[in-house]
Amino acid sequence: MKTDKVILDHGSGGKLSHELITEVMLPVFQNPALSILHDGAIIDTEGKQLAFSTDTYVVDPIFFPGGDIGDLAINGTVNDIAMCGARPVALSVGMIIEEGFFIDDLKRIVNSMGKAARAAQVNVVTGDTKVVPRGAADKIFINSSGFGWVFPNARINSNQAKVGDRIILSGTMADHGITILSRRQGMSFDSAVQSDTAPLNHMVEQIFNRCGGVHVLRDPTRGGVATALNEIAQMSDVGIDIWQSSLPVRKEVAGICELLGFDPIYVANEGKLLAFVDPENADDILETIKSDPYGKAACFIGEVTDAHRRKVVMETAIGGRRIVDMLTGEQLPRIC
Amino acid sequence: MTIKHLEEYRDPGVSRRIIERIRKGSQQQIRLMEVCGTHTMSIFRHGIRAVLPETISLVSGPGCPVCVTAQNEIDAFIQVAGQPDVIVATFGDLLRVPGSGSSLQNERAAGKDVRMVYSTFDALALARENPDKQVVFLGVGFETTAPTIAASIISAADQNIDNYCVYCAHKLVPPALKALLDNADVRIDGFILPGHVSVIIGVDAYRELFDQYRIPCVVAGFEPGDILFAVALLVEQFESGIPSLQNAYQRAVTDEGNPRAKDMMNTVFKPVDTNWRGLGSIPLSGLKIRDAFASFDAENRFSIDVGESVEPKGCECGAILTGQKSPPQCRLYKSRCTPVHPVGPCMVSTEGTCAAYYKYSESD
Repeated sequence: MKTDKVILDHGSGGKLSHELITEVMLPVFQNPALSILHDGAIIDTEGKQLAFSTDTYVVDPIFFPGGDIGDLAINGTVNDIAMCGARPVALSVGMIIEEGFFIDDLKRIVNSMGKAARAAQVNVVTGDTKVVPRGAADKIFINSSGFGWVFPNARINSNQAKVGDRIILSGTMADHGITILSRRQGMSFDSAVQSDTAPLNHMVEQIFNRCGGVHVLRDPTRGGVATALNEIAQMSDVGIDIWQSSLPVRKEVAGICELLGFDPIYVANEGKLLAFVDPENADDILETIKSDPYGKAACFIGEVTDAHRRKVVMETAIGGRRIVDMLTGEQLPRIC
Repeated sequence: MTIKHLEEYRDPGVSRRIIERIRKGSQQQIRLMEVCGTHTMSIFRHGIRAVLPETISLVSGPGCPVCVTAQNEIDAFIQVAGQPDVIVATFGDLLRVPGSGSSLQNERAAGKDVRMVYSTFDALALARENPDKQVVFLGVGFETTAPTIAASIISAADQNIDNYCVYCAHKLVPPALKALLDNADVRIDGFILPGHVSVIIGVDAYRELFDQYRIPCVVAGFEPGDILFAVALLVEQFESGIPSLQNAYQRAVTDEGNPRAKDMMNTVFKPVDTNWRGLGSIPLSGLKIRDAFASFDAENRFSIDVGESVEPKGCECGAILTGQKSPPQCRLYKSRCTPVHPVGPCMVSTEGTCAAYYKYSESD
């Protein structure tokens, strides 16, 4: 049943979001940089390639173990720029604040944005603030945009995965999504998990300084690793094989996922990347990622194949096989 | 051989040994029905069909609560959501199920107050926080969820939370199994009995059914090792010609079940004849709120009249829920009916057979 109204599923990062973008947005804004639908756009300027990205943060709760809406907003855009194979240079920040919001909470958020920007070594160079009447927004929403310069040896895009590529995941899955979920109103169990929100630009810079052979970079945020892999399989017109027994998940996170019926492969991450790399460079790149503080648990999770094109297939731990589809349905609104 | 420890039932080595045992034992063609939707999902998630020999077919049964909920019940839920000053509280799966004309999700987008909750007690809390609203919980599910809903009604009565009520569409598993076995068009050689339901009702709840039909029955857990072990036992019963009622989920399921949960269920609910999607009306297969708690029955609080409910045209959910058809045999499957735009409930629910096929199966 098609709907004539926007429903929460449209914001899930899964199939319905994709539909909204391709049916409502793309026909109007059609241009080559946009049509690739990467995390950010890559634009040719005079002699240099510019990466440009924007993202809006509506996470609820605004403060959560491991971070808050502020550092999430900085890290998210820093990472989107980094996933273009670029070094982030400057950011803008726009805030929509609900009347009655505590100044102290605002200070706390802004301070954590400052700290995140310093850690990522980017500057917030412009911004905007709007206050709306009580009830017209929920507490605070933040938009951040930014640009960076693409590394000279980088040729990164979602359509660049090649048959034979090995796939690296830079650490454990589902930490952010499960943290938000377990703090959400109505879900009152304590757990030791915390969000993985982190800047990945230094990791990416090291990869390009030391190695070649990176074809795709992607941070698997909303929709999780499964959705990111499906998008890449479709954009690159290749098949993807992954191995269930290699997928890293923290024990506590796996436990909560099981309790609530979530599959960690669909749950959001905010400080992880997927890298599709040439087999020749694969070991070097994995070592480089592992030497970064945010990549210690990195590992190979699969490879690109010319079988089952545009599909992601998982070899299960017991030796069975199954499809890993994109996320459908509202798994968790307002996750980032 | 029993499977006790987390490491064991997750251990690929253990699974491989059970697979070997199944392959050695299975000679004749056998059709096994996994009754429970969670089993269906687990079978697909772990790729279990791919590791079984060709002699074994696994057929999904009527064990997805949202899927077996009759169309007129879905329509009634949607009508309740349209009443003034009502908050509808529901488990998430129901939101997207298409009724005759709308869905709860669409009603929510149109401004109706429909909230997703994880527990009946969240719904009770909503009632406490919103004294000027009626909070209606949509009671859908089997014996697994019925006790917690009974508990919420008892709590509401104790605490005088009189703006809380339940629209009860609960269903019971053993009568549905009997209806399946009485249906001449359904061919099943053995049941993988549900794990969670059996935690509540116990193995003894199936005794009468087993004695009457003498069909291989094994209660199973949800890890790959659990399901494979149950399949091994069913195959061995079938090959030997000696059916029995076995419990392969002893770490959670006892013969008598959970007496406290059963008590609570009996205190609040009484069995009634009810309609199932796909199976039609089955005697004493549903639960209704007893007269002592009549004021918590949403059907008494609102006058709901859904008229003639229309099941989606061409949708084969009914035949799929009884194991007579598999999703690819439905004309709508993957064409008009997809998880994003579902036509029938089996494509909506996370436990639905069509959703499982769509999500996990490599075949088109």
